[in-house]
Amino acid sequence: MSNNFFFIGLPYAALVVLLVGSIMRYMNLGFKISSLSSQFLEGKELFYGSRPFHWGLVFLFFGHLVAFLFPRSVIAWNSVPVRLLILEVSALGFGLSALFGLLILVVRRAKNRRLIMVTSKMDVFVYVLLFTQIVSGLWVAYFVRWGSAWFPAVLTPYLKSIFLFDPDIAGVAAMPLSVKIHIVSAFTLIGMIPFTRFMHFLVYPFRYFYRPYQYVIWNWDRKKIRSSRKLVNGVRSKNN
Amino acid sequence: MDIRSQISMVFHLDKCIGCHTCSIACKNIWTDRKGAEYMWWNNVETKPGTGYPSKWEDQDTYKGGWEKNGNSISLKGAGKFKGMKSLFHNSNMPVIDDYYEPWTYKYENLFEAKEGDDQPIARPVSLITGEYITPKSGPNWDDDLAGSEDYAKNDVNFKNLSPAEQEAMFQLERITLHYLPRMCNHCLNPACVAACPSGAIYKRGEDGVVLINQKKCRAWRMCVTACPYKKSYYNWNTGKSEKCVLCYPRLEAGQAPACHHSCVGRIRYIGVMLYDADKIEAAAASNDEDLVQNQLDIYVDPNDPRVIAAAKENGIHDSTIECAQKSPVYKFVKEWELALPLHPEFRTLPNLFYVPPLLPTMAFVNEEGTYETTSENFWGAIEKSRLPMGYMASLFSAGNEETIKTVLKKLMAVRLHRREETVGDLPKEEAMGAMKDAVMDKEMADAIFRLTSLPLFDQRFVIPPAHREEAMEMLESTADVKGNSGFGFKEPPVRGL
Ligand code: HEM
Ligand code: SF4
Ligand code: SF4
Repeated sequence: MSNNFFFIGLPYAALVVLLVGSIMRYMNLGFKISSLSSQFLEGKELFYGSRPFHWGLVFLFFGHLVAFLFPRSVIAWNSVPVRLLILEVSALGFGLSALFGLLILVVRRAKNRRLIMVTSKMDVFVYVLLFTQIVSGLWVAYFVRWGSAWFPAVLTPYLKSIFLFDPDIAGVAAMPLSVKIHIVSAFTLIGMIPFTRFMHFLVYPFRYFYRPYQYVIWNWDRKKIRSSRKLVNGVRSKNN
Repeated sequence: MDIRSQISMVFHLDKCIGCHTCSIACKNIWTDRKGAEYMWWNNVETKPGTGYPSKWEDQDTYKGGWEKNGNSISLKGAGKFKGMKSLFHNSNMPVIDDYYEPWTYKYENLFEAKEGDDQPIARPVSLITGEYITPKSGPNWDDDLAGSEDYAKNDVNFKNLSPAEQEAMFQLERITLHYLPRMCNHCLNPACVAACPSGAIYKRGEDGVVLINQKKCRAWRMCVTACPYKKSYYNWNTGKSEKCVLCYPRLEAGQAPACHHSCVGRIRYIGVMLYDADKIEAAAASNDEDLVQNQLDIYVDPNDPRVIAAAKENGIHDSTIECAQKSPVYKFVKEWELALPLHPEFRTLPNLFYVPPLLPTMAFVNEEGTYETTSENFWGAIEKSRLPMGYMASLFSAGNEETIKTVLKKLMAVRLHRREETVGDLPKEEAMGAMKDAVMDKEMADAIFRLTSLPLFDQRFVIPPAHREEAMEMLESTADVKGNSGFGFKEPPVRGL
């Protein structure tokens, strides 16, 4: 019963909330989407917190993504024990880096009066959630070895079944508690994205890489307005 | 030729009295809000001095602006590579303490304090934390302190001066200062726009005003680093960056920006400049010594029939072209070549030009204890002026001292000419000689004099109409609505089922 709730109900609820919630927030509350940087109020300790935290998380995110999308390649890679070890150790490293960064971030915020002024209840919630997520992840990495070997075999099919609308939780139900906590906290995190500062990574500025540096906006296309011949046809300018 | 129109400004520094009225006008309208208290979109600095934020001109620390890279330019501290790899923590971002911690006073204590032996006081409290603080710096704490160890001695523009020259500037008889009002330059090659990963900052095509779309800003805070003038500010409360909007709602209504309108010294001029957008890239990548000249070459003559044709071709309104022809900025910058951009070496091609201060830069006392004013001594004295030419050149011409000298000569020639006209205590030849040296005739000298000293309101502020009457056509063709049931009707008038 509770398995059904945590591994079927929660994931679907989280995904629906993510989809609907983030679109609604983006459309209606655009002003409120921001990384809410606090570097302006404190810039030194942020370096030791934000960099290890984010780089750790970014690599871990892509690690999970690869294991989900290309399970066979991961298994193939792991066929040589040394390679398995390299993979596991680096994953553990990124996890520790994320944890280290998170701890610095929390301490930094707690001890600085200025930062407390810009800390919301949701920020505290986010810290708790991330702490649970990272610590459970590290626990799994250390005690439930070797993750990269069983993830493709157990979790990939489970996640796939979720996305194919044919949930099969037999595999996860048999996993140790630490893995379950990790999964539950992950889906909670996903579901909370629209209500927290997590929104900021959904708006990662990919466009910047291919747009020209300078950006000029014309309010209307005066060339078109000036040509009276076209007016009859009703020419709508490009920017409106 | 790609002709565009740009609202540009001239500040005549000889006329600035350092009253900060401009800053207050701006503050009252725009930045009197939580998170924005520390921002001074317009601020007035004393030079020599460190300015606001402290030592903003020092790009070795702040990494603002562009740097030359062969025949091209790249952002110094931001951009697609440098910026994006430090999104998580921006290595070159100033923090609140580089500006100052904003504060107010506990005024209510004056009324509510319990009766006692002491006079109640209003203690300062931080506008960030609400705690009692002792203010240690403010936006203009270098005001008038041109001889001070803390401020003047740390002026970044001394970098290229010899120790002897620096020493001389702090001799008591020579200490001098001038004011430098600063605001966003609404640059032609804005570093803030280029650095913004979200594409939230843009330049308006119609008038060149640079704005930040508050809905698109995501606090990647790259503009704060990139703007070499430190005129893009981060609002710590909203998590969005903000900057001078050139009072665009006022401009569109035909009024001058508040800082201009309120200027007590009447030092400010605003007007349209037509420019050739095709030349921007090459000009921004010129060698240091050509920067000023190449920037001036971007601006084109609004009376040239070819320019007018190209402008119309680009959809620039006749009334805007007319304003460009009457523009006081065009006169100061192009016709008379009296006004120079601030720190052109930042390569953003700023659209705010300064007429460098002649006095007190030039005045020095002779043996008799009076100010030296004759042209003979004056020309020779440029080198001896109180502020070394190298200092002025560091501010206004990327180190090119000749440019500064030429401007100062012109300014002095106008004065000698007017003195000869009105006081009449100078030999005519002397005034004529001075004008000849400065390559100007009597008409030009008089025109400069008039626009400097006796301009009417409408001559200082020549603002093109925004043509709101055409607003409907700006948004959509009126023909679209023909046959509809009324304006503002969203659904087509189709009979219901
Ligand atoms: C690649 C995508 C990401 C980018 C570009 C990004 C960028 C940022 C930036 C600019 C900040 C503000 C730092 C400052 O105070 O100046 C920030 C803060 C934060 N980010 Fe990210 N982020 C990304 C991914 C993530 C992910 C995946 C998570 C967690 C799931 C995350 C969680 C956080 C948290 C919790 C903070 C607040 C840190 C604090 O102030 O204590 N970010 N991020
Ligand atoms: S002065 Fe700074 S903020 Fe203003 S347009 Fe130039 S680069 Fe941007
Ligand atoms: S209001 Fe005018 S005179 Fe006064 S400080 Fe500002 S620019 Fe100078």
